[in-house]
Amino acid sequence: MEFVFALAIGVMSGSGIYLLLRPRTFQVIMGLSLLSYAVNLFIFGMGRLRSGAAPVLDTVRGADPALYTDPVPQALVLTAIVIGFAVTALLLVVLLAARGLTGTDHVDGREPERE
Amino acid sequence: MIEHLPLLPILLPLLAGILLLLSTEARHGTRALLALGATLAQLAVALMLLAGTEGGFPPAGPDGIGVYALGNWPAPHGIVLVTDRLATLMLALTATLGLTTLIYALARWERAGSHFLPLFQFLLMGLNGAFLTGDLFNLFVFFEILLAASYGLALHGSEAPRVKAGLHYIVVNLVASLLFLIAAALIYGVTGTLNMAELALVVPRLDADARALFELGAFLLGIVFLVKAGAWPLNFWLPATYAAASAPVGAVFAILTKVGVYALLRFSILFGQDVAPAPFKGDWLFYCGLATIAVGTLGVLATQKLDRLAGFMVVVSSGTLLATFGFTGTTLTGPALYYLASSVLGSAAFFMLIEMAERNRAAAADLLAISFEAFGLQERHESEHPDEMSGVAIPAAMAFLGLAFFSCAAILSGLPPLSGFVAKFALLKAAIAAPPLAPALHAALLFTALLLSGLAGLIALSRLGIRVFWDSERPAPRLQWLEAGPVGGLVLLCFALAFGAGPAMAWFEATASALHDPASYIGAVLPGVRP
Repeated sequence: MEFVFALAIGVMSGSGIYLLLRPRTFQVIMGLSLLSYAVNLFIFGMGRLRSGAAPVLDTVRGADPALYTDPVPQALVLTAIVIGFAVTALLLVVLLAARGLTGTDHVDGREPERE
Repeated sequence: MIEHLPLLPILLPLLAGILLLLSTEARHGTRALLALGATLAQLAVALMLLAGTEGGFPPAGPDGIGVYALGNWPAPHGIVLVTDRLATLMLALTATLGLTTLIYALARWERAGSHFLPLFQFLLMGLNGAFLTGDLFNLFVFFEILLAASYGLALHGSEAPRVKAGLHYIVVNLVASLLFLIAAALIYGVTGTLNMAELALVVPRLDADARALFELGAFLLGIVFLVKAGAWPLNFWLPATYAAASAPVGAVFAILTKVGVYALLRFSILFGQDVAPAPFKGDWLFYCGLATIAVGTLGVLATQKLDRLAGFMVVVSSGTLLATFGFTGTTLTGPALYYLASSVLGSAAFFMLIEMAERNRAAAADLLAISFEAFGLQERHESEHPDEMSGVAIPAAMAFLGLAFFSCAAILSGLPPLSGFVAKFALLKAAIAAPPLAPALHAALLFTALLLSGLAGLIALSRLGIRVFWDSERPAPRLQWLEAGPVGGLVLLCFALAFGAGPAMAWFEATASALHDPASYIGAVLPGVRP
């Protein structure tokens, strides 16, 4: 499970960074989204991977902490998802405004000159 | 009741921002009063907290460090707000800057786009929270709040250059935020805590493997703070964004870079001066600061527009702070904090001033003027009317602008008699006195860098100042009291810092020495586990 998990994070951040370095704003935003997925998975993984363990105490299982997984990273992931989502939406608006004002979707606001 | 005071710098702007969002733009007067009232109250609270760290009312706690447990959950399980001298100093600076720029914005700029007032309050909330919090992830959340508000403010009055610069600014900061998340997760994964005081306790006890992972996380964290602080080579977004932003926004952004500087300083001391990972201390940070000063200085000399010049001035001041924090020993921290206060006030005044001075000017005039200078060409109007008159009648607005410009130039480039000079003088004095402990090479380098950057700033400012203020073709700009007042106030504060330099410097030194005693911070946050 760890291997697949790590591979998924690696592939997503690799493609995210590649897209981030591309010149079109749409590619940049896709890259940022992929990167943020990778980061969210990474935070999740920092609570150690465990299957079949809940993060919230319940009366049936009892109070032994060994029966539960670490709840803090899951709370962090939730916060990170919400913030990432909001800021990506904001970036999308700016991107559209830039497209409208400059007439191009290049990140520098003008097309590169071609020979 | 009074023990809830540390919460107010976060709650006040939050509530004011929400109310401002809900009210309609048509009720201009009420909105302005609400925003002003909220910001004034923040200033009052910040000053009370500041007095509290000195044993004033309400007293902060032992060693002048107050700890407020949110929801009454004790640290390390709950999030705490910590009011020590450095945090309350930054709060007071933020509120001062917020109040002056808000008054300035109310005169004209606020109406250049929608939602300026609520965004401004949210920015203040993020700044206050980032200075107060004692929790790593909470710091991330407040960073995001202040960044999200700053994205909106940077685009205020949306025009093509603003949107273009804003796009770069947002993308760079989003990537930095992702790095922050990785760093926070990694540090939590290794140490099992996010509380900054407990981190300081856990880190020395890590075994070698865990230590390596922790250093990796700390490196990423350091890079994030360096991006915020505008350190070379992570600062290419800074001059363009600051120059494109509207004047009051540029002025309040003067403190945004200092958030990164603040976080670096706080963590470097908590991680322990001797064992802190590289980005937080030592040679690495010192040379990074020097490179930042060098790049900023070159930018200052090369730029031909006042607003970009102001942006590069911010870079130079960040570089100076980073270099002094990287300097061996702790004697430079006090003067550096004095420098921080003086440069934040000075650059904010400068941002507002140049917008007023530049109001009546043609777009390419600066460029032309400097090309004329470079090629030795006479300007047309000088030769055409050789004997028409001697001297120009100086209207009051122009006289005010000229005086304020001279004061800002003196503060930013470190000329006597203003606070910039006192700050640089104290820095140089401490650097000279350091050598047996610190390498003499470092002292010499810092000496040269500070003097050269001051000289470059002086050359650039006087060159552009001559073109702006001695241009007889240009009509005098029209000013409102609301616009001139804040600039005058900020400059007067710098005067006060300079004339009260003795007590002020003593206070900053005391702040620095309290800061360099992490045991009292840890003891205040986690009572009973004194290291």
